[in-house]
Amino acid sequence: MSGTLTTPAGRMTALARAELTLLGRSRSTVVTALFVPLVLPFTVRSAVEQMDLKGTGLTVGLILLPAAIGFSLLFAVYSTLVGAFAARREQLVLKRLRTGELRDAEILAGAALPAALTGLAQSLLLAAGCTALLHVPAPRAPQLAVLGLLLGLALSVVLAAVTAGFTRTAESAQVTSIPLVLVTMMGSGLAVPLQMLPDRLAAACALLPLTPAMTLVRDGWTGGADAGEVLRAVALALAWLVLGVFAVRRWFRWEPRR
Amino acid sequence: MDNDEHEHVIEVAGLRRVYGGGFEAVRGITFHVDRGEVFALLGTNGAGKTSTVELLEGLAAPAGGRVRVLGHDPRTERAAVRPRTGVMLQEGGFPSELTVAETARMWAGCVSGARPVGEVLAQVGLGRRTDVRVKQLSGGERRRLDLALALLGDPEVLFLDEPTTGLDAEGRRETWELVRSLRESGTTVLLTTHYLEEAEGLADRLAILHEGRIAAAGTPAEVTAAQPARITFELPDGYFLGDLPPLAALGVCGHETDGRVVRLRTRRLQHTATELLLWARRAGLELRGLDARAASLEEAFLTIAREASAAQEPTRTQEYAA
Repeated sequence: MSGTLTTPAGRMTALARAELTLLGRSRSTVVTALFVPLVLPFTVRSAVEQMDLKGTGLTVGLILLPAAIGFSLLFAVYSTLVGAFAARREQLVLKRLRTGELRDAEILAGAALPAALTGLAQSLLLAAGCTALLHVPAPRAPQLAVLGLLLGLALSVVLAAVTAGFTRTAESAQVTSIPLVLVTMMGSGLAVPLQMLPDRLAAACALLPLTPAMTLVRDGWTGGADAGEVLRAVALALAWLVLGVFAVRRWFRWEPRR
Repeated sequence: MDNDEHEHVIEVAGLRRVYGGGFEAVRGITFHVDRGEVFALLGTNGAGKTSTVELLEGLAAPAGGRVRVLGHDPRTERAAVRPRTGVMLQEGGFPSELTVAETARMWAGCVSGARPVGEVLAQVGLGRRTDVRVKQLSGGERRRLDLALALLGDPEVLFLDEPTTGLDAEGRRETWELVRSLRESGTTVLLTTHYLEEAEGLADRLAILHEGRIAAAGTPAEVTAAQPARITFELPDGYFLGDLPPLAALGVCGHETDGRVVRLRTRRLQHTATELLLWARRAGLELRGLDARAASLEEAFLTIAREASAAQEPTRTQEYAA
């Protein structure tokens, strides 16, 4: 055997680079990933402006900013990756990759990296944009916002792999990704802040996979969370991550069904 | 490498594979491949070739039995195996929107000790197609790209699942030359094929797979020698099979009839042919369409297929105890 052995980081970088090229060459993916999350927050803006925010301690900006980041996670990362995983499986790319030195987790992580970085960059851009345009003050606990964003990114990737496991083709990915997108938009505080929902519904919505991440992001700006609330959100997000990883290991399909 | 020259690079014992629906695709096969050998798994579609190779590649866990590649379990000890093997799947996949060079570069980043991408692409005849998107490649070109990726890391062991299916005659010959040159440089090659001449021309040893079992194995010469020779002729009008001398006395070990055409199988070709021709001369007959031939690998292969169909249609073929 000649030459040096590859490293996980090197292998994932090679895969991520190819996946980034592919991302750029798919027009529908570019639209979904880059423009939808930038446009959507402004479509809900008028609705938010009509809400009665007295007593919630929130402003229009403090609702729209986390929502914008949530849309980025849902469209730039989650939906994009469900389609990408399904397409690579359909083209037998995943099977081919599995014959080499890449491990299963490296294949999924490497393929997810460009979308995750897109989501990260977009979120930072949206935060800056909202701060400038909607007069949002600087975050009071930026570490919470960062933590929420990172947990949200990780969850979006893992949930995309879970969804792809139940998706037959790249085309059906457009359908199978809808439930989580809708549930998150409605129930994780993107369209309506949880504080404005009836208590019982709010308690149920707090358990949704992306709610803790969204809550942490908002808490980062308001600074209004005590240690117990933060701990609870982090624990819940981690629990969803563990569950997701388990589901991927159990149900992810590497080859098309015959 | 401090390995013994005659080391078994691939060892398979009692290997079984069962699919989700309960279908048993591989039913207890045993074989080994020595370092530097070209070994062919030959079989019809559905014989279990790909199911077997995927177990050797470590893509799936066996339902029973044992696989060792370079002394390791290819699935649980993949880190020890993968950097030393190259794989060409029967149906490999590449993103259709990447170019040939981009695909190879991506793969090179995932292969230990990768050779220069341009060199490998030139080796398989894709040197002028580097900037073409994969979706614009012909089926044959895609096979060559797949082969290039398998060769990228200069592997000690190469798995080729139907490497020439979909290639034209020239592409097939070039692939054969490539496999021969790899063999000369010491690479161990396990290939599957349903082309008899491919197995006969390339393999040091081969196994014929049928319905998940090894029906015959050895060097091409050994497998061939184990099969009976064949004599074919047309019975003249008014004559029936019973008019021949007793078949057992002719040394015939099996026969078939198809209208007036008679096919005899024998392990003593000279004896059977002589007795048959003497009988014809005595009776003053002309045996039209007379053809006598020693067994070929094709014959061995067909015999195995015939035995399988005979099991389904027992009335058409009769076998004698040899």
